[in-house]
Amino acid sequence: MLYREAGQFKTTYAEDQQIFPIRQDRIAMGVLLIFAFVVVPLIADQYWFSAILTPFLILALAALGLNILTGYAGQLSLGTAAFMAVGAFMTYNFMLRMPWLGIVPAFVLAGLCAAAVGILFGLPSLRIKGFYLAVATLACQFFVLWVLQRFGWFSNHSASGVITAQKIVILGYEFVSPASKYLLTLAVVAVMALAAKNLMRSETGRAFMAVRDMDVAASVIGIRMMQTKLLAFAISSFYCGVAGALYAFCYLGTVEPEAFSLDLSFRVLFMIIVGGVGSILGSFLGAAFITLLPIVLSVFSAGFSHTTGIEISHAVLSNLELIVFGGLIIFFLIVEPNGLARLWQITKEKLRLWPFPH
Amino acid sequence: MKCTTLAVAVAALAAVFSGGAQAQNEQFIPANFYWVGPYAPGGSGFGGGMIDYFAMLNDRDGGINGVKLTWEKCETEYNNARGVECYERSKKKGPTGAALVHPLSTGITYSLIEKATADKIPVISLGYGRTDAADGRVFPYIFPLITTYWSQNTAKIKFIGMKEGGMDKLKGKKIVNLYHDSAYGKETIPVLDVQAKKYGFQITHIAVPHPGNEQQAQWLQIRQINPDWVILRGWGVMNPTALKAAARAGFKREKVLGVWWSGAEEDVIPAGDAAKGYYAAAFNMPGTTFPAMQDIVKHVYNKGKGDLDDKSRVGSIYHTRGVVAGIISAEAIRTAQGKYGKKPLTGEQVRWGIENLKIDEKRLKELGAIGLMQPLKVSCMDHEGGGAVKFIQWDGKAWKVVSDWIPSDQSIVRPMIEQSAAQYAKEKSITPRDCSKES
Repeated sequence: MLYREAGQFKTTYAEDQQIFPIRQDRIAMGVLLIFAFVVVPLIADQYWFSAILTPFLILALAALGLNILTGYAGQLSLGTAAFMAVGAFMTYNFMLRMPWLGIVPAFVLAGLCAAAVGILFGLPSLRIKGFYLAVATLACQFFVLWVLQRFGWFSNHSASGVITAQKIVILGYEFVSPASKYLLTLAVVAVMALAAKNLMRSETGRAFMAVRDMDVAASVIGIRMMQTKLLAFAISSFYCGVAGALYAFCYLGTVEPEAFSLDLSFRVLFMIIVGGVGSILGSFLGAAFITLLPIVLSVFSAGFSHTTGIEISHAVLSNLELIVFGGLIIFFLIVEPNGLARLWQITKEKLRLWPFPH
Repeated sequence: MKCTTLAVAVAALAAVFSGGAQAQNEQFIPANFYWVGPYAPGGSGFGGGMIDYFAMLNDRDGGINGVKLTWEKCETEYNNARGVECYERSKKKGPTGAALVHPLSTGITYSLIEKATADKIPVISLGYGRTDAADGRVFPYIFPLITTYWSQNTAKIKFIGMKEGGMDKLKGKKIVNLYHDSAYGKETIPVLDVQAKKYGFQITHIAVPHPGNEQQAQWLQIRQINPDWVILRGWGVMNPTALKAAARAGFKREKVLGVWWSGAEEDVIPAGDAAKGYYAAAFNMPGTTFPAMQDIVKHVYNKGKGDLDDKSRVGSIYHTRGVVAGIISAEAIRTAQGKYGKKPLTGEQVRWGIENLKIDEKRLKELGAIGLMQPLKVSCMDHEGGGAVKFIQWDGKAWKVVSDWIPSDQSIVRPMIEQSAAQYAKEKSITPRDCSKES
């Protein structure tokens, strides 16, 4: 019933090729955006803004960046957190050394710096593939953090290597409250997600997918390997760089290089594996799963002893959370190896035929 | 099935988010620590100590002047993002919100500086955190109480000087600073460099990547340098690994000097015999002989309520450190109650209590904490309050106190703190408070 498409005729190519060809999807997306931009700021409290929604959006953007590289272009990367670190530290430096620049150009420039680092560490991808490439990007992860920690210039010679994000001011408006930071993050993420969705439907995106599916065949049909692979690295790193800048400026406020450790790279990788490799929606679902589930579990376990009165040692409870979390990841991967996005796709297919499946 | 699970989950979530029915005469203090991961011994011990002290106060005195203390645990995993989430979750709990917060992680402390200042909730970073926050003019809500890393470091160099037979003997000596490669580990590099210049010793900084269970390359380098002393600035699993590696490299453990986050039972027992003779700094002493600890045993553990699952950890370094945190928190609230009345207080009011906290020898005796901790006097200018350090040595079975309270060298530390704080103030365009106008 929800997905009845009767009466929706597509009479032009433009209509057939739009992002959401089904009217219900367009409406749902519009409602979702209105909800996120208008209703959420009205109903959410500070806890939701600064502890749940903002980190979720930022990590979704990082996952989106990695998904472009790994999911669409097929290049496995373990350097996501390093690109995020470049974005965070370069934004800080742009704001510090060129205060007249403004925050949005600083974000963009920092993203471009991350893209340059991405291109540099993408070079090995021209020769090596798969796990070997993952090891090469692992080098990027360690190298970038090493540089940020060893050279005082990046943290303005702070004793502990920590950077403190400057104030965010756009057109005279100062983003101080968690709600305003959430809206800024949401705007950046929405624009970049739309750009990514369109990019993946363009010739560039198709070239990425061709390289992913079989690079020899792709080069035979005239796709230039070097250009395509490096472009994938550049775009992906740009997204991660902007995510890193938001992580520092809109979320934590003060960051040390350690915050961008390999652990974060792995978490972003798990997000796209759980969410769906090669899917924009998957990046968001995966980010929600990996960032929110531990919080839900921890709130739930706190509430459990609260409501039932059963006293469980907190150490046991904390470890149980990790066990349940790991178990759920395995469960979802067994149920649907292609990720949560595929699960949604199947549901949607069924809904479109319901109540009269063939 | 699914529906019932969901209903239970929703009910639990609702209960947690709404906080349930609140008794009005309660003061809430978050217990955001860590019970899992490589740093769990520190987190669970410290958290256990603080909670045990509060439980003891509730049982013995009925709280602080009749205001009961409540707390709620939240697992931070020693991770910045989780720490921020726990802080946000806990800051509105209780009738007046969180009174104060102990992040127990330098990284989380950094992330909370701005948030807590905006929320008017004081952050106590007891022996960790951002050193230059000791300048209370720039950091009104941040309290690196008792001693900062820099103060501790000057006391350590003094201790080495004592062992060598005088500060002038330090000239030409070689010291290695083996540090955990994080904001925490790097914090003391500049203060060591300044002292190396002042006393004429040679300092080499060697980083150990997180979590620190690989140290072969570092100890090879130490062997080549052949230093007179190694300062171990480790945390968690890095410490026993370093001691074992020192034994393997044939480096005398009597020449290894740890910071206070490297000097707990959990750091030396896994190293076995390799830890014998190792020195460490401490701002709290281990043991259960102090009257305050006796009260905890009597009112909490003997009633089967204590927070530590492993009763043998009662009185260990991390546990008594948590008790010291509890004493300071409770005394700060008591001080604030003196001004604002005997009722649950807001973070802003408790901040005044911390800033005007004064625990002298007489009060320490009343608290039953003589020898457990040093006297403390906090002011608007000085958010550190103490500054002295004792040194302890592991004899293979227990920590033995081997020095008196060694005061830090504020002539080195204070100018550095003020300079660093001024730079922060400039970057963030903060106008420092005028301390003469604070009441």
